[in-house]
Amino acid sequence: MNSFSYVRPDEIDVAIDDLSVHHAAKFIAGGTNLLDLMKENVERPARLVDINRLPLQTIDDTAEGGLRLGALVTNADTAYNEQVEKRYPLLSQAILAGASPQLRNMATNGGNLFQRTRCYYFYDTDMPCNKRKPGSGCGAINGYNRIHAILGTSDSCIATHPSDMCVALRALDAVVHVSGRLGERTIPMADFHRLPGNTPQYDNTVQPGELVTAIELPAKGFADHYAYLKLRDRASYAFALVSVAVGLDINNDGTITEARIALGGVAHKPWRRPESEEQLVGQSASKEVFQLVADSIIDGAKGYGHNTFKVELARRAIVRALMQASKLEKIS
Amino acid sequence: MTQYIGKPINRVDGLDKVTGKARYAAEFNVPELAYGVVISSAITKGKIVRIDASDALSLEGVLQVFTHENRPKLAWFDLSYKDQDAPPGSPFRPLHDEKIKYSGQPVALVVAETYEVARYAASLIQIEYEEEEHETSLEANKDRARKPKSGLASALKPPPPKPRGDFEEVFNAAPVRTISRYVHSVEHHNPMEMFATTVVYEKKGKLTIYDKTQGAPNSQLYVSQVFNIPFRDVRVISPYVGGAFGSALRPQYQLFLAVLAARELKRSVRVSLTRQQMFTFGHRPATNQTIALGANADGEMTAMYHEAISETSRFEDYTEVVVNWSGMLYPPENVILDYKLVPLDVYTPLDMRAPGGVTGVSALECAVDELAYKLGIDPLEFRLKNYTERDMNEDLPYSSKELRECFRQGAERFGWAKRNPEPRSMRNGSNLIGWGMATGIWDAMQMPARAEAVLMVNGKLRVSSATADIGTGTYTVMTQIAADTLGMPVEDVLFKLGDTELPLAPIQGGSWTVATVGSAVKAVCEDLGKTLFKLAKKLPGSPFSKVDYQDVVFLDKSIQLKADSALRVSLQDVVDSNGGRAVRETSTSLPNMLQQRKYARSVHSAVFAEVQIDEELGTVKVTRLVSAIAGGRIINPKTARSQIIGGMVWGISKALEEESVMDHQVGRFMNHSLAEYHVAVNADIHELDVVFVEEDDTIVNPLGAKGLGEIGIVGVPAAISNAVFHATGKRIRELPITLDKLL
Ligand SMILES: Cc1cc2nc3c(=O)[nH]c(=O)nc-3n(C[C@H](O)[C@H](O)[C@H](O)COP(=O)(O)OP(=O)(O)OC[C@H]3O[C@@H](n4cnc5c(N)ncnc54)[C@H](O)[C@@H]3O)c2cc1C
Ligand code: SF4
Repeated sequence: MNSFSYVRPDEIDVAIDDLSVHHAAKFIAGGTNLLDLMKENVERPARLVDINRLPLQTIDDTAEGGLRLGALVTNADTAYNEQVEKRYPLLSQAILAGASPQLRNMATNGGNLFQRTRCYYFYDTDMPCNKRKPGSGCGAINGYNRIHAILGTSDSCIATHPSDMCVALRALDAVVHVSGRLGERTIPMADFHRLPGNTPQYDNTVQPGELVTAIELPAKGFADHYAYLKLRDRASYAFALVSVAVGLDINNDGTITEARIALGGVAHKPWRRPESEEQLVGQSASKEVFQLVADSIIDGAKGYGHNTFKVELARRAIVRALMQASKLEKIS
Repeated sequence: MTQYIGKPINRVDGLDKVTGKARYAAEFNVPELAYGVVISSAITKGKIVRIDASDALSLEGVLQVFTHENRPKLAWFDLSYKDQDAPPGSPFRPLHDEKIKYSGQPVALVVAETYEVARYAASLIQIEYEEEEHETSLEANKDRARKPKSGLASALKPPPPKPRGDFEEVFNAAPVRTISRYVHSVEHHNPMEMFATTVVYEKKGKLTIYDKTQGAPNSQLYVSQVFNIPFRDVRVISPYVGGAFGSALRPQYQLFLAVLAARELKRSVRVSLTRQQMFTFGHRPATNQTIALGANADGEMTAMYHEAISETSRFEDYTEVVVNWSGMLYPPENVILDYKLVPLDVYTPLDMRAPGGVTGVSALECAVDELAYKLGIDPLEFRLKNYTERDMNEDLPYSSKELRECFRQGAERFGWAKRNPEPRSMRNGSNLIGWGMATGIWDAMQMPARAEAVLMVNGKLRVSSATADIGTGTYTVMTQIAADTLGMPVEDVLFKLGDTELPLAPIQGGSWTVATVGSAVKAVCEDLGKTLFKLAKKLPGSPFSKVDYQDVVFLDKSIQLKADSALRVSLQDVVDSNGGRAVRETSTSLPNMLQQRKYARSVHSAVFAEVQIDEELGTVKVTRLVSAIAGGRIINPKTARSQIIGGMVWGISKALEEESVMDHQVGRFMNHSLAEYHVAVNADIHELDVVFVEEDDTIVNPLGAKGLGEIGIVGVPAAISNAVFHATGKRIRELPITLDKLL
């Protein structure tokens, strides 16, 4: 059988060591992504290190006035956490826009960062896919690519990162804490996921053997002016075709002082363009201004046939999310 | 007496289902069961040049790897592979030879002591293929469209009628005309329960087979013919089916493979398919349609052209009735209806809920809406103006047709009168609102069937027939019919189905089960009643010694004199007098062809839909749906409503979401999972309202019931498409209407 060994350590160091010394070992948290991939023979770990007993289960205040989300807190518990709801409603909404209640009850914050693309070819081991099997080709690029990327693609891969939560984390400038044999380090969300280039087999910059211990949210939560807009093929339980996370700071005279705009469903990582966000600073909210910014954010976007509609959809979604965040339009 | 018929009684199998007592094909466990895992072809067309199973075979626990190279000799003639629902052609034979005919074709079965070992072993098998060019796109190959081969299937699926009148001349002269093209994509049934078969290898090689099927006798026939085993040595059992929607009308390849392995290994074997493999057999075919309609200035439809081109496989001509409905619903005298097939390198399509009906009517009812708009007539008024009391294809009157009443009651429920006909005229905040409507039609068929009724020594009634219950409520409805016919409480009636030891019934399809098996149940209970009455007459001191059968009724577990209910004999006393034996009857019910032939028999519906559209983002929400149904007598309003609601939900799904997408370069369906093949979820469904219109029909069958399995879906996609037009002014003629089409 596809046999694998299984351990469930109680301590972080033990888990990290175990993973490092064993061939083809993988952490398993909620299992909602890893087990599916194992059933499809896409992932075939020889050892599973179950991390569900590690002490990474709490949400705590940080000294800097932010919040530290334990890697093993479930997506559901995070979304419904009182502090998250109050101070980071953008994150709460993004999480609740994803998957289904059952999945969110199992899925963990750490696991969500690592979830793999939903590219049809990646999932079908009879098909070519550079991400699954480097050098085998990309089935999607000239194939059926409705759900694929329009920004930051390469000739090797046009997959998207499918997470909703990560889009909000990116907008919030969250920082990921990882721990490995060489010690601890932090990775800003901006650098956590990567573009495919010619090594699409790497989704992110975490090194083999590193464990995500927490996700840190900076103090600023944009709780007054935010929006998470997700567009998909059905009202629930579908991945984003395009999603937009927006956080705005607007002062009393209506001037925008800071803007964050992150896109999901369009690239190999949550997509942001800080130069475009800058354009909003000092402006007052209006549809015209938002349209210009939207154009700027998706500048250079390119469709591959079935997904070409995403370029226009993303443009409109950005405008809408900005309208909602600035309260020029109600969220319906 | 009708104590139960017409009442919304709960499902008699409900408790077993929710407590897990109800067992499905893959849940029957026997000692020494071996497990088979199917390997699916990685290519679409070509041949296998080499299979290396050595690594797999050397694994501990692997029993055998079956391929075309080592399969036993089986039946030679095509005829032996034809099940009761086989279309004309030469049925697909799993593991027949090295040829690959479609993507995902089963190419090997790995059998092992455990499922896990079989699965792992399957991943070790190396298969080398030689690929050939394939053709899978209907659009790209439509020039090859040709007439379907005719065969037995045409009895149930008549080809289009001959042209009548002079379409071309009248159409060209018509002051108001529309021509439009409609494109529908492939859909897969995707019932919750995956296809599975457990074959129990009994003494002397007899087989007891638990199969997922819409007709146990059909699976028995197939196994018996293909493997040359006498009927008596093949028993097929299928008490519960976790949804099928037509996919289990034909035996699927896991049945063949499980039987093959069990016989070769002389062991019990189970084969279940994976969700991905649920995309490797029958499906609703892709269909392109062209409809041209002409009307005179008064809004009378005078000319109609409806052509459908559908895909089929290279080996069988699967057909469905797509265009005939047009000639049944509307009265123009100048009509061309045409239906063609394009053989492609895919598996043979398969009936899926309202096969052809929902396809053809969806296109037709959009075209009719387009014509009504061109004429500037309200779409409902236009349909009333062009109402027909006859099926114009056959030139026969309908046995009953309360469609007018469906329009009236449905419109009233929906509030259609308040509609502003102008597209883009209705809004809710920044969202556009659209109201659309459509008609639905489906056949009201009856087939021959047999049933047995037994009054057991404990005074309870056991009724049986080898039909199926794919979730429609067969158990419940048959129990109601039997209970009423013999005056028993439903608690004392046990209905059995899904077993080839029971009297023969046809496959469960075409919405004919209530009419067919229900009539057989009614007939056999009446026959048993007569026998019981005869026995009652013979009882010492019987109050009925001088009474005729016509003068008694069955009520309260007894036979009573109509004129004086105090004169009664309990059924228990009757069976007690039978020398300790149960009293049994078996009967056959046949449709009254002589009478039925003189009428067209259909069930009708009127569907009204409200959509709310965010125009900028292209998102569509079906906020309200009203379906008014004329379906004859409603035996159980609760299960009936569930059927219709299920159809409406699917209609929403079909209109907006469902599509098996093929990458034509590789010839494979790519969204082969329930994460990417979208079916409607709870959040997509809002207000659903079902109205049953009263309809009295003495011709369709002795029960007067028409069958509701398919009609629920038929008019829904068109009503939604028309509502989308009303909201946006855009005609989307390609389903599903995903948001990109509205941007
Ligand atoms: C049908 C379906 C629909 C879905 N829809 C959505 C959606 O709409 N939006 C959305 O955002 N998500 C969606 N999801 C994905 C879901 O959010 C992820 O599966 C989930 O977040 C993964 O978390 P997990 O704890 O279950 O991870 P696991 O499956 O346990 O692990 C996933 C990967 O992360 C690694 N890992 C886990 N924890 C750590 C850690 N602490 N450190 C290092 N590595 C780690 C594992 O080794 C593994 O490789 C959907 C999933 C399914 C199955
Ligand atoms: S897009 Fe990326 S994940 Fe998809 S097939 Fe191409 S390489 Fe694989």
